[in-house]
Amino acid sequence: MERQIIELNNLSKRYGSLTAVDSLSLSIQKGEIFGLLGPNGAGKTTTILMMLGLTEPDAGTAYVCGHNATKDPIAVKQKVGYMPDSIGFYDDMTAWQNLMYIGELNGIAGSQLKQVCEECVQLVGLDAEAMARRTSTFSRGMKQRLGLAEVLIKQPEVIILDEPTLGIDPIGVKEFLDLIVKLSRQKGLTVLLSSHYLQQVQQVCDRVGIFVNGKLQAQGDLSTLARSVNGKAACQVQIVLQQPLTIPWKDEADIRQLPAVQEVTIDGHTVDIALREDITPEIVRFFVHKGYDVAGVQKKEYQLDDIYQSIFSA
Amino acid sequence: MEKTNNAIAATISSTSQALSNAFWVMVRKEIAGQIRSWKFIVLLVLILLTYWGSLLVSMSNLRSMVASVRDADELFLYLKLLTSTEGSLPPFHVFLNFLGPLLGISMGFDAINSEKQSGTLSRIMAQPVYRDNLLLSKFVSVIILVGTLLVCLTLLMIGTGTLLTGILIELEEVLRIFAHVLISLCYIAFWLAIAILLSILFRQPATSALTAIGIWLFFTVFYEVIVNLAVKAMIPDPAPPAELMRFYDLLFSLTRLAPSQLYADATTTLLMPSVRSLGPVTMDQMAGAIPTALPFKDSLMIVWPQVSGLLAATVSCFAYAYYKFMRREIRT
Repeated sequence: MERQIIELNNLSKRYGSLTAVDSLSLSIQKGEIFGLLGPNGAGKTTTILMMLGLTEPDAGTAYVCGHNATKDPIAVKQKVGYMPDSIGFYDDMTAWQNLMYIGELNGIAGSQLKQVCEECVQLVGLDAEAMARRTSTFSRGMKQRLGLAEVLIKQPEVIILDEPTLGIDPIGVKEFLDLIVKLSRQKGLTVLLSSHYLQQVQQVCDRVGIFVNGKLQAQGDLSTLARSVNGKAACQVQIVLQQPLTIPWKDEADIRQLPAVQEVTIDGHTVDIALREDITPEIVRFFVHKGYDVAGVQKKEYQLDDIYQSIFSA
Repeated sequence: MEKTNNAIAATISSTSQALSNAFWVMVRKEIAGQIRSWKFIVLLVLILLTYWGSLLVSMSNLRSMVASVRDADELFLYLKLLTSTEGSLPPFHVFLNFLGPLLGISMGFDAINSEKQSGTLSRIMAQPVYRDNLLLSKFVSVIILVGTLLVCLTLLMIGTGTLLTGILIELEEVLRIFAHVLISLCYIAFWLAIAILLSILFRQPATSALTAIGIWLFFTVFYEVIVNLAVKAMIPDPAPPAELMRFYDLLFSLTRLAPSQLYADATTTLLMPSVRSLGPVTMDQMAGAIPTALPFKDSLMIVWPQVSGLLAATVSCFAYAYYKFMRREIRT
């Protein structure tokens, strides 16, 4: 049977009495972008370290690119590029020297080293002027790019990024994630990225796994997740009115009569209505009919955020 | 791109060779980093100054020294250059007893914890290299650097001596001087191993540096005092000579647990061929002895326990550091 490119079976890790990862089973296909989501301390980094053979699991196995990560970490590390969350470089060396050093450690011969490095630098969009500078002068965003160049230098099959968007501004995040998606599609790379930022992850990931307290609570693409999480509302409409409503609202009973309305929450100018199915036009008509001045209507489809929330509150 | 891909695949295929290459790449990077660092430059200046100072002192009273030697066979001019002093400045090998630990400690105290703090450790560990290679490269690079430094200094000394006096160095002296260099290297390696061990045990470089300096101070200043006090307290007041002898033996054995004592014993014996014994010697033993210089081999035999003690201490420190590092979690 052919193995998946990343295959974890009942992986467990305990630190004293704390169970960081609790019999985690997960498989990721080649070419997929997988998002590992979870709050801080959920065991994401521990899982990643076990995949690279940097931490020994207490139980279970991790196979990456067909190699057992615990027993044969060198073979895994030759094929996997890893960017840690708190990425740091040797400050007394220039960015270029840092990059060349990693290239050398990966056994790239001197004659090709320069060319390979230049290709990677170009891919991540750093210019020659920046590469000649010491990395201590780099901004966080530039460090991330350099880190990505370094990950690419070994021509990996799998890229593992631990909190890649931490501490970069929103525009930087967007550029960075677009870059990752582009690279993944171009080269057929498998990408595993961990994050606690949902918005960003859902933009780029094919599949996500939600990871809480060392356990994988749910996995799949967004719509699967949404379904698995709730038999609850499918969408939510927020109506903003010109005048604030007084509580109790006289028409509340009426609106609850409408089909598919599940819940109504009133907060001054805004009314949030949870719906079993999308009947937004009818809701708007209701308000207009009752003589309210509707200032805005916003339809919210289920987002990862909500899925996340519901897993937590469960 | 495709072409380079294939080429790289071909290069990486010879894995074992690539891995041993990776080790030397790391050593090279470490050496480059150390040489460029300010702490090394400061230490270099310090060592050059003491070397120059002690050499100047011994040069200045070279004439009187040579005049006082009765037998031309026992001149050992170059050894005298290293050991003689007129009292204003200690000779170089005594200086090295202080500077050696400083050198070892300052080159190793932040070996691992600074990598961890700057976030480079996990990045390097994610490359296809063995984990111990990092530790080993830190150790080997400093040994290479310090070894080169000591050999350079020694050759400079010999060269200056030849230029000034015109007397050629003898093989005996060459052997003794290079044995001294080797032992100095062992001694520095011991402190380096301690410093690296502490850099693994402590998270903050400042803590590990202070602890290392504390250990060094303890051995150089307090240890001897404590051992003296303790042993002297045990000696009964009217003690028979045999009894007294036993206590002095104990005293010597205990002081030799300090690495600085081992180093001092070893260098003194090697650089002063007339030193015949390191322990207490009775009048009976002295009676038959002819006051001549020992041959190199015999001097080496005398210091062999010291040398093996130093080596054993270095190896066990490094082994413990190794064990700790292999078991340590990489994450910060």
